[in-house]
Amino acid sequence: MFKKILIANRGEIACRVMKTAKKMGIQTVAIYSDADRHALHVQMADEAIHIGPPPANQSYIVIDKVMDAIKQSGAEAVHPGYGFLSENAKFAEALEAAGVAFIGPPKGAIEAMGDKITSKKIAQDANVSTVPGYMGLIEDAEEAVKISNEIGYPVMIKASAGGGGKGMRIAWNDTEAREGFQSSKNEAANSFGDDRIFIEKFVTQPRHIEIQVLCDAHGNGIYLGERECSIQRRNQKVVEEAPSPFLDEETRKAMGEQAVALAKAVGYASAGTVEFIVDGEKNFYFLEMNTRLQVEHPVTELITGVDLVEQMIRVANGEKLTITQDDVTLTGWAIENRLYAEDPYRGFLPSIGRLTRYRPPEEIAAGPLVTNGKWQGDAPEGETAVRNDTGVYEGGEISMYYDPMIAKLCTWAPTRAEAIEAMRVALDSFEVEGIGHNLPFLSAVMDHPKFVSGDMTTAFIAEEYPEGFEGVTLDEAHLKRIAAACAAMFRVTEIRRTRISGTMDNHERTVGRDWVVSLQDAVYPVTIDADREGSTVNFDDGSAMRVASDWTPGDQLAHVDVDGEPVVLKVGKITNGFKIRTRGAELAVHVRTPRTHELALLMPEKVAPDTSKMLLCPMPGLVVKIDVEEGQEVQEGQALCTIEAMKMENILRAEKKAVVTKINAGPGDSLAVDEVIMEFE
Amino acid sequence: MKDILQQLEDRRDVARMGGGQKRIDSQHAKGKLTARERVELLLDEGSFEEFDTFKAHRCTDFGMEEQQYPGDGVVTGWGTINGRLVYVFSQDFTVFGGSLSETHAEKICKIMDMAVQNGAPVIGLNDSGGARIQEGVASLAGYADVFQRNIMASGVVPQISVIMGPCAGGAVYSPAMTDFIFMVKDTSYMFVTGPDVVKTVTNEVVTAEELGGASTHTRKSSVADGAFENDVEALFEVRRLVDFLPLNNREKAPVRPFFDEPGRLDQSLDTLVPDNANSPYDMKELILKVADEGDFYEIQEDFAKNIITGFIRLEGQTVGVVANQPMVLAGCLDIDSSRKAARFVRFCDAFEIPILTFVDVPGFLPGTGQEYGGVIKHGAKLLFAYGEATVPKVTVITRKAYGGAYDVMASKHLRGDFNYAWPTAEIAVMGAKGAVEILYRSELGDKDKIAHRTKDYEDRFANPFVAAEKGFIDEVIMPHSTRKRVSRAFASLRNKKLQNPWKKHDNIPL
Repeated sequence: MFKKILIANRGEIACRVMKTAKKMGIQTVAIYSDADRHALHVQMADEAIHIGPPPANQSYIVIDKVMDAIKQSGAEAVHPGYGFLSENAKFAEALEAAGVAFIGPPKGAIEAMGDKITSKKIAQDANVSTVPGYMGLIEDAEEAVKISNEIGYPVMIKASAGGGGKGMRIAWNDTEAREGFQSSKNEAANSFGDDRIFIEKFVTQPRHIEIQVLCDAHGNGIYLGERECSIQRRNQKVVEEAPSPFLDEETRKAMGEQAVALAKAVGYASAGTVEFIVDGEKNFYFLEMNTRLQVEHPVTELITGVDLVEQMIRVANGEKLTITQDDVTLTGWAIENRLYAEDPYRGFLPSIGRLTRYRPPEEIAAGPLVTNGKWQGDAPEGETAVRNDTGVYEGGEISMYYDPMIAKLCTWAPTRAEAIEAMRVALDSFEVEGIGHNLPFLSAVMDHPKFVSGDMTTAFIAEEYPEGFEGVTLDEAHLKRIAAACAAMFRVTEIRRTRISGTMDNHERTVGRDWVVSLQDAVYPVTIDADREGSTVNFDDGSAMRVASDWTPGDQLAHVDVDGEPVVLKVGKITNGFKIRTRGAELAVHVRTPRTHELALLMPEKVAPDTSKMLLCPMPGLVVKIDVEEGQEVQEGQALCTIEAMKMENILRAEKKAVVTKINAGPGDSLAVDEVIMEFE
Repeated sequence: MKDILQQLEDRRDVARMGGGQKRIDSQHAKGKLTARERVELLLDEGSFEEFDTFKAHRCTDFGMEEQQYPGDGVVTGWGTINGRLVYVFSQDFTVFGGSLSETHAEKICKIMDMAVQNGAPVIGLNDSGGARIQEGVASLAGYADVFQRNIMASGVVPQISVIMGPCAGGAVYSPAMTDFIFMVKDTSYMFVTGPDVVKTVTNEVVTAEELGGASTHTRKSSVADGAFENDVEALFEVRRLVDFLPLNNREKAPVRPFFDEPGRLDQSLDTLVPDNANSPYDMKELILKVADEGDFYEIQEDFAKNIITGFIRLEGQTVGVVANQPMVLAGCLDIDSSRKAARFVRFCDAFEIPILTFVDVPGFLPGTGQEYGGVIKHGAKLLFAYGEATVPKVTVITRKAYGGAYDVMASKHLRGDFNYAWPTAEIAVMGAKGAVEILYRSELGDKDKIAHRTKDYEDRFANPFVAAEKGFIDEVIMPHSTRKRVSRAFASLRNKKLQNPWKKHDNIPL
């Protein structure tokens, strides 16, 4: 076995690879850019080598620099992770020349699968189902109709140079094909100056389902089931699961066998992924093959118990697969949620900065991974698994240079419903502060009826959140549980207040039993009966809830048992109550005495003041940089310009979505307080 | 007999109605609570005991003898906040617009006298149109009687003013002399002369809100220490503040049970100070991570943001925090920040509240604006305040402590009890670049030489160890252990005794 490997990557995947390497007793070498000097992968590695400035094209993907690091460290093999150099044939070639093992497929396979057209051709030759279509030039509308009939309706008529939906038409019959061809051609000519058109099968109700394959260099290949990755936002996967709620055993087998056939056709030897698009009738078509470890590989590991990174390392070491297809069983269900440093309320704008708080839920080991090797090491065992692959830590910095994904939270349970429930709790228990993040959005998806029923397509996010994400509105049942929990918690804080020193003897304040909880648009008058074990919260409709928790004032996370239901609340401070995040909702929960509540109703509702349509300079300083242009649309929170004052750089950001109409200052200008830097529409 | 008892209830009912239902409704319509409703929310449920419920004015001019309302436009008395004694007056806008008469003033004076004698805070809820014009000079005399008591009570019991409606003319000077002023957004304003007079005299056109609203006084004038959304929020937050304050200057700061480990380590603080010395970071994060339960009551949050002031608790006991904020003006000291912090430090010292200081200060803000404004004397206020303070003083230098500002910020030389520094601290006369430009002026043309000199200077001074060698820093501590070290430091200072020489009073550079 290798004694030392270098991981040519950063972030969570570098950490993930190192975990397995450590388990196998292999020394690890990290590489890092200036921006990653204090990164987690650097801390985890046995040694770390600096390879240049922050931008990846000056560090992580510069082959020469990585090769130098390999030479310097004496690593015998390199794991490329995903992205960066993972599918770069030149890199594989350089390694080969240097006599260093590449923990990935042979370069021939990378090359063959790297080109869309070549890969499709190889797939066809290997009898892999591909999207029927005509790639040649189409002369006129009649030829378009003829080809459409050969393919079978519905078809998609697409401009070769197209993108963003322009020059694209869907045709369900001859007339539409004829019209669509002409309008696509015109639009393409106008938009791209290139009127070449091709036609392919239009896949209805498309799902993105991919097959994990694993091959060795001795001609053995197996498939490890599928992953469903249909929940995507602009082609960026957000939620993945394994197995797919849609596939039956027959389709799975057919897809798996075709995937292995394709892998064998290119002499594949490593872990790889064959992506398919699957329509509503379970027809599946090959999309592309990813010749690397996939981001979402943990869900496969959780249901198969196979450590894919370990297998990759063994294969690269020339070992034969010890697992046969018959050994592969899919047990239980795994779900992955990708935590992005993106603000869902601001159009998913990437958010950078210091992670002032980062507390992932506790990892728990369960399922096949436990029975097959316990790669999670010291995580305690449970009925359901929680796994968090991460590359960041509290106090760390999220920089602008790399992918905004900061963690992959996975749960495993015997059934899909249980895995989803475990994920809801895990998401609620995840604390992230200092940057914008998509936890509320993920929680919303986990509670979405279409997701819960497994009835989703790749259009899920676009269709269900057409206006973007505007937060979650909770139903009555949830609100009541939260109200009960908060009432009991607030009573505890009030009782503590009375325990202050300096009170008048015999005239202490007694905290009453009656409270009014208001949250979202609901108001619940409650009476609390507390005892040693917890509290009974009585509602005015005669119902009552039993609340128990080890929460104490100041705790930012409350695990509350409400009538046997786990309620996990992220707790913040507001006057007369709590700021709560749970199940994707962010609520101001007020807990008041009945009299205070009555008087609070008299308070006027305040409308947020119309923020000025100008960006004013908040301090005397020097303009370092203007980040936007006149006429540009900016999102809330987007950086507008940088002002240097007292030798410190301050980034000014947009307070809301707007269009920049005028910029009054430029780099080098010296500004006074309240000087207008730019104006908005 | 029954009838006589009933008479009391009837009279009380009349008094409770203040200026009558119509005026109460109009008060509510403005988004304001009545004087009695406010007292109810401020104090523990059922704890209010009223004084002078039936006190009436004595004016007979302008037909005033025809108009009598029991209580005369102010509700006074005492009660408890979480079981601790406080005195309160609440002006009733529904009675003569809350205007101050001779008798109205007498009521306020009565509870103030009791507060000072019995050692409990005074909380004034202001909602008054001003002097009772019908009473003329008697009303003015009333104001002055209150002023004199504000002055006598200052530094003896905490005085808190909440402006919950108009407060104009001479009336502003009573709150002005109290320890804290809070305002309610959109429904309160304070000014010496109103928009009409301003227009007549200076031709300036300005609204009451612009001239003296909550935003003006929290951001521009610094007259107010904080502003709240509405009456309910304001009163709850005043209760929260009172929990931080001692009842009087003879008592120690209050203690209450806490749910936080005094020895809690926070690894994330090790990365708080950025690699680049010119990059800002948020000092509030340090305050929140050091405080019990992350609870921080900020004073003057919106003014002179380059310095942060407010209260936290350590091991359940109140501590005043002063901290430079590198996010704003690099955390430098200037006129506004010096004044803000000096007043806060003096409040803490007057009421035996220990002071924790976090230092990251590049120096005083240069410029004609500052010099013409008298930064010398204003800066000296903070220096004076720290130097005269006899309460426990613990200081942590996180990064820069340059020049005179180093001395000012609760340095060892100003009788600091514990002066800690993080390893990232740089204690020097000035930054390396500036120092080298002065020391090696003749070499300025030679870039390499200057770079070399700069590096030498940085190696020598860009660390806490030179100061530590001299004993100016008691110990260099790990950032993650700050809460533990600071908590233990204050714990060891619980019995600190230090007395300044007798004097009638000092002569701080006002």
